[in-house]
Amino acid sequence: MKLTDLTIADAKKLLLNKEISAVELTEAYIKNMEKYSYLNAYVTSTPEIALEQAKIADDNIAKGKARELEGIPLAIKDLYCTKGVRTTASSKMLENFIPQYESTVSQKLLDAGISMLGKTSMDEFAMGSTNLTSYFGEVKNPYKRNGEDLVPGGSSGGSAAAVASGCAMAATGSDTGGSIRQPASFCGLVGMKPTYGRASRYGMVAFASSLDCPGPITRSVEDSALFLKVIAGLDEKDPTTAPKEVVDWTKVLGSSIKGLKVGIPLEYKSDKLNPEVQKLWDERAEDLKKLGAEVVEISLPNTKYSLPVYYIIAPAEASSNLSRYDGVKYGYRTTSPFHSLDEMYELTRTEGFGAEVKKRLLIGSTILTEEFYERSYLKALKTRHLICNDFDEAFKKVDVILTPSTTGAAFSKNDKLSPLDVYLNDVYTVGASLAGLPSISVPVGKDKNGLPLGLQIIGKKFDEENVFKFASQLELVSNFDNTPSKVMGE
Amino acid sequence: MVYTVKGKNKEYEINIGLEIHCQVISESKLFSSSSTKFGASPNTHVSFFDSGFPGQLPVINKFCIEQAIKTGLGLNAKINKRSVFDRKHYFYADLPTGYQITQQFHPIVSDGWVEILDDEGNPKKIRIEKLHVEQDAGKLTHDLSPVKSMVDFNRAGVALMEIVSKPDISSPYEAGEYVKKIRSIVRYLGTCDGNMDEGSMRCDINISLREKGSDKLGTRTETKNVNSIKFLMQAVEYEVRRQVEILDEGLSVSQETRLFDANTGTTRTMRSKENAIDYRYFPDPDIMPLVLEEGLVDRIKASMPELPDQKKKRFIEEYNLSQYDADILTSERAIAEYFEQAVGKEKQRDGKIVSNWMQSELFAILNKEAKDISESPIKAEELGELIDLIKDGTISGKIAKEVFKIMYEGDEKSAKKIVQEKGFKQVSDTGAIEKVIDEIIASSPDNVNAYKAGKQQLFGWFVGQTLKAMKGQANPQIVNEILKKKLG
Repeated sequence: MKLTDLTIADAKKLLLNKEISAVELTEAYIKNMEKYSYLNAYVTSTPEIALEQAKIADDNIAKGKARELEGIPLAIKDLYCTKGVRTTASSKMLENFIPQYESTVSQKLLDAGISMLGKTSMDEFAMGSTNLTSYFGEVKNPYKRNGEDLVPGGSSGGSAAAVASGCAMAATGSDTGGSIRQPASFCGLVGMKPTYGRASRYGMVAFASSLDCPGPITRSVEDSALFLKVIAGLDEKDPTTAPKEVVDWTKVLGSSIKGLKVGIPLEYKSDKLNPEVQKLWDERAEDLKKLGAEVVEISLPNTKYSLPVYYIIAPAEASSNLSRYDGVKYGYRTTSPFHSLDEMYELTRTEGFGAEVKKRLLIGSTILTEEFYERSYLKALKTRHLICNDFDEAFKKVDVILTPSTTGAAFSKNDKLSPLDVYLNDVYTVGASLAGLPSISVPVGKDKNGLPLGLQIIGKKFDEENVFKFASQLELVSNFDNTPSKVMGE
Repeated sequence: MVYTVKGKNKEYEINIGLEIHCQVISESKLFSSSSTKFGASPNTHVSFFDSGFPGQLPVINKFCIEQAIKTGLGLNAKINKRSVFDRKHYFYADLPTGYQITQQFHPIVSDGWVEILDDEGNPKKIRIEKLHVEQDAGKLTHDLSPVKSMVDFNRAGVALMEIVSKPDISSPYEAGEYVKKIRSIVRYLGTCDGNMDEGSMRCDINISLREKGSDKLGTRTETKNVNSIKFLMQAVEYEVRRQVEILDEGLSVSQETRLFDANTGTTRTMRSKENAIDYRYFPDPDIMPLVLEEGLVDRIKASMPELPDQKKKRFIEEYNLSQYDADILTSERAIAEYFEQAVGKEKQRDGKIVSNWMQSELFAILNKEAKDISESPIKAEELGELIDLIKDGTISGKIAKEVFKIMYEGDEKSAKKIVQEKGFKQVSDTGAIEKVIDEIIASSPDNVNAYKAGKQQLFGWFVGQTLKAMKGQANPQIVNEILKKKLG
């Protein structure tokens, strides 16, 4: 038994039975983090903190006072503010930013007894789907394509690479347009974006407030359900969280889907879709049918607008959210001489932000100008409503929707992809983001190069229950092996 | 009548719209629990949210919203069940997030009005376009260091209500009256302390001129940085004169933002239209639209105090006061309360007399010492007691003024005791008065003859002599009667 191959559910049992200790579990992870440091999954490692927490965990277990995730070694995406631990959002702008407050999600995890291994890399300010835009260097996907390095996806690419390689048992991600689900899909993992408002955004470095969702990246659906239960819930520090009861979703895993309806959106069938993905999509739909679910075709007529709408709303909100990084209060300030406040701003922001962030800030700022506001931003808001209505209509007929997570498998930075092709990565995930719906990516098979492919299940608002139910069935029929030691070829 | 200004050969009407920023009275800020106390050491009332740290989220302070609703009701306005917070973007070191949270498109309050008295004393309605809630910015100081500017975020995030009028104001006087009325309403309601010198009430002025009779508004300028009613009226006067001169030349006024300079009483260009900032307004995605719970507005309505206009009407009816007196006595809640206390619970004193005493004696000395009525050393009941002594003939009005002075300056606040101690008690004993009068008549035969020959005005001289001889303690009415009898 390799400790770093255990899922949260496995490890919990062994820890409670005292067959393993939290300290040895954490040490095994710390060893892997050193061994696979070339993946560059972490911006900041915190082995001392993790070990200290592991000791407390062992103590609690010995006293019979184990908490929900006692002794589980986790990684935190570097956009969750962690008190006393540097939080960079993978940006030069926050290179030396040490928050004096804890995000609600990381606080809940700490309260549940985790060992925090460190802060994982991401696309700068969560803008990207490749993890190539991090100020701290690119992150590598643990999977290779005939020996060639691939991107882990993004923006939660560091989290996905860490979990897939056995450098963390699970990790937090954050999802604005697909930033949990797409890297999970690229790295053969389970990535869950809950309903908007299900978990708190307090203390998360904001990208696009109306879309940002915290969520887990795990190796199994069960781990995902365990994890989400801990981080979910109403938070008075985030008034956009909903007063919804948090249930134990692990109880519905593996339960029957007989009589439930699965929708297949016609509009998601595109020529951009890799035929291997199409094939897996068809096969898994057939599998669900065999399990007693009814598979029906549905229409989401405004799907074609979802990417354009996303690329108006997200940069607009980002341009506003990121205007606080100005060199006045904290974070990076230019070291070049300046002669006015305006010049200080200009130099600080020019030097502190990377190219992709600057591009999106310029797009976003332009969208919000008087000249474009009505014809782009307001129009996008209206279209977003249409997209929401499409889902509402569809959910009158079905319980969940099954779609691909991505158009294909992980790619290489050397593949000749235009920026637009890269943006297209989000095509299947942005719909649920815009509508605020719960959706999960589950690894369901591999392409001809042995690279993982995922399918996505989208549910009704706050119906994580059916999403997990179907995800567990998909997991069972797919039997995808993501054991880290095998992935890493040990 | 329409107030106009004359140019060289044309006559102009003035259109003034005011934007008044009122700092909301509240223990904590609009979106955080930081204290709003004025005058604390720099950056001691600042939360992570107030200073724009990453991941910090706004949580609406319900009390500030209730204060805005209360004010809206006081302005006879519509309270909107649903309002939306927007972000207004600009870069400045006193604005920690790079945007101010305000209500640009869907304010919480709209379509109100207040009534003022115009230059001729006639009532005039000034329409209010909207009242919205927004955050205040921090404060920059440039003179603490030769090379650095200092920023204090204590004020950053404090709730403001911006009250925007329609361009219905048409003279400097009306502008002043309008601000006074708004100030009086917010003070009555306890929603803003209205202290312009501390900056808790600030004013921007939009002014445009149009040729008399024309129905098209002229190009307007906006004047900022006006922090007293006196300056407001000065700024309006100056700006109107400046625009008249431009229009007289056949030129056009350029749309711009101007800055008032209190030292010179003039305005100068701050920002021209070409350099206008594009604030990139959009709905704040961190804040759900504000939807008022059922019954909230009604509950607030039920808790509203009597407002200046209602009070004024009642004062005129109940105390038989003139418009003018009622206006002054209701201009501030504290003054009105003082007045009613001085009149007494059973309205035992004459309102007009109390009003006269307050206006001629009390206000004169308070104004001289720049004191507020709440700081008056003479309390309302004490003034009432003094007035009683005049009414029952214990002292004359003249002596009463002396007693008032003693009360104001000394530690003894009881008029009765002062009169007793100083022996001020008025002499109404006709015998004693008669004796004094006889002596005066005997010692001034020339004046007696002149009076009898028809020099009527000498009567006053006799009264004066008598009162003087009796050190003001003689009952003047009795003095009059006896003198009339004796002089024939």
